[in-house]
Amino acid sequence: MAHQYYESADLADFPNIGECARDQGKAFFDYYGCSTTAGKLTDREKSLIALAVAHTEHCPYCIDAYTTKCLSLGLTSDEMMEAVHVGASMVAGAVLAHATQMRKIIRNNEM
Amino acid sequence: MEPQTLPVPTPFEKKLKAASLCPFVSKDIVTLQINVGKRCTLRCKHCHVEAGPGRTEMMERSTFEKCLTAAAGPSITTIDITGGAPEMNPHVEWFLDSAAQLGKRLIVRTNLVILLDKEYEPFVDVYVRNRVELAASLPHWKAEKCDRQRGEGAFDKIVGVIRMLNGRGYGREGSELVLDLVHNPMGSFLPGPQAALEREYKAELATVHGITFNKLFCLANSPVGRFKEYLATNGTYEEYMATLERAFNSCAAENAMCRTMLSIGWDGAIYDCDFNQMLSLRVDHGAPNRIEKFDLRVLRQRRIVLDDHCYACTAGQGSSCQGATGTPASVSA
Repeated sequence: MAHQYYESADLADFPNIGECARDQGKAFFDYYGCSTTAGKLTDREKSLIALAVAHTEHCPYCIDAYTTKCLSLGLTSDEMMEAVHVGASMVAGAVLAHATQMRKIIRNNEM
Repeated sequence: MEPQTLPVPTPFEKKLKAASLCPFVSKDIVTLQINVGKRCTLRCKHCHVEAGPGRTEMMERSTFEKCLTAAAGPSITTIDITGGAPEMNPHVEWFLDSAAQLGKRLIVRTNLVILLDKEYEPFVDVYVRNRVELAASLPHWKAEKCDRQRGEGAFDKIVGVIRMLNGRGYGREGSELVLDLVHNPMGSFLPGPQAALEREYKAELATVHGITFNKLFCLANSPVGRFKEYLATNGTYEEYMATLERAFNSCAAENAMCRTMLSIGWDGAIYDCDFNQMLSLRVDHGAPNRIEKFDLRVLRQRRIVLDDHCYACTAGQGSSCQGATGTPASVSA
């Protein structure tokens, strides 16, 4: 059987990463827990943000986890896809915004 | 490193032992749930009873009478009627009128759609006069998602019936007529936080449809019946079981509904819950398993019959006929 770097079963091991460097692991999971559960923003809003970031960061584990969480919260495919488009357009926008650097250099250097 | 495969679930009883919850016994019997038959006007994809119009199993009057005697037991505070569609049993009206005399909480699990039928519409009066609490499945607040599970056009009909029930005082703030809705996930994943989903349901149903209800109960899909068939067909049975096991919550297990209820089948057999009933797993370990031999003293101390489907009731925030039973464990990415 071919060995894969990314396997869905690996996600189950994620809570165990704190077995080494325990203090940092605990600090991360405490922070992660309070950042991703409802506060001023709802569970639904935070899950859509997390889903969009999961895509922009190309993390298959996070895409798996937050697609499932969004389904659990009753979000529709259209709503989830809209969130992914927000992420995609932000990435595209961030790339294109850097074109201002290119344009500035062109303006400065071209006769 | 060897490639990982999805783990086979640890036997449920072993998991309970690890959580120091064995022997897993009843705490008391507070709820008597009675399944009055498997006939239903609908044939929902998620129905663990596999109810439908073609089913003929139906509780007889003599069995109802024995249930009534059992329900008078002092520890029992709630009588919970389920099916199929309870309205299709010809003895249910008599039973509700009689059970109401016991002065206990009465619940009927109705599909709601049946109340649009002229033949069954009078049940609304039966419910109102006996102060029966209604619990009804509404898998989602959007028509498209709901209908995928309950059948084409079901959502609009349910909304129409809720509007009518609101008009009779059901599900209205300040009214003693209770209408609760039941949510279950639309696939092989766990329900989200009950409070968050209740907010979504209430906001959408009030704003878009002008209807109200009391509480939302979130139930996890139990891997039995039609849902188990779906998992097998989809090739996701093992994955779903692994999800349930990973989400095992000892607090939810501590509060599992089987520890405070009994389930009576249409034929008078006694079970620890409606899911065991579906699997023909009667109460055991020396406890009487027929309504004719109902003995509250023995049954309230019985050891509960367990199998791997029990993971559905102990996963995440927990799941029962009254919704979540435990504080959800912290979420991992």
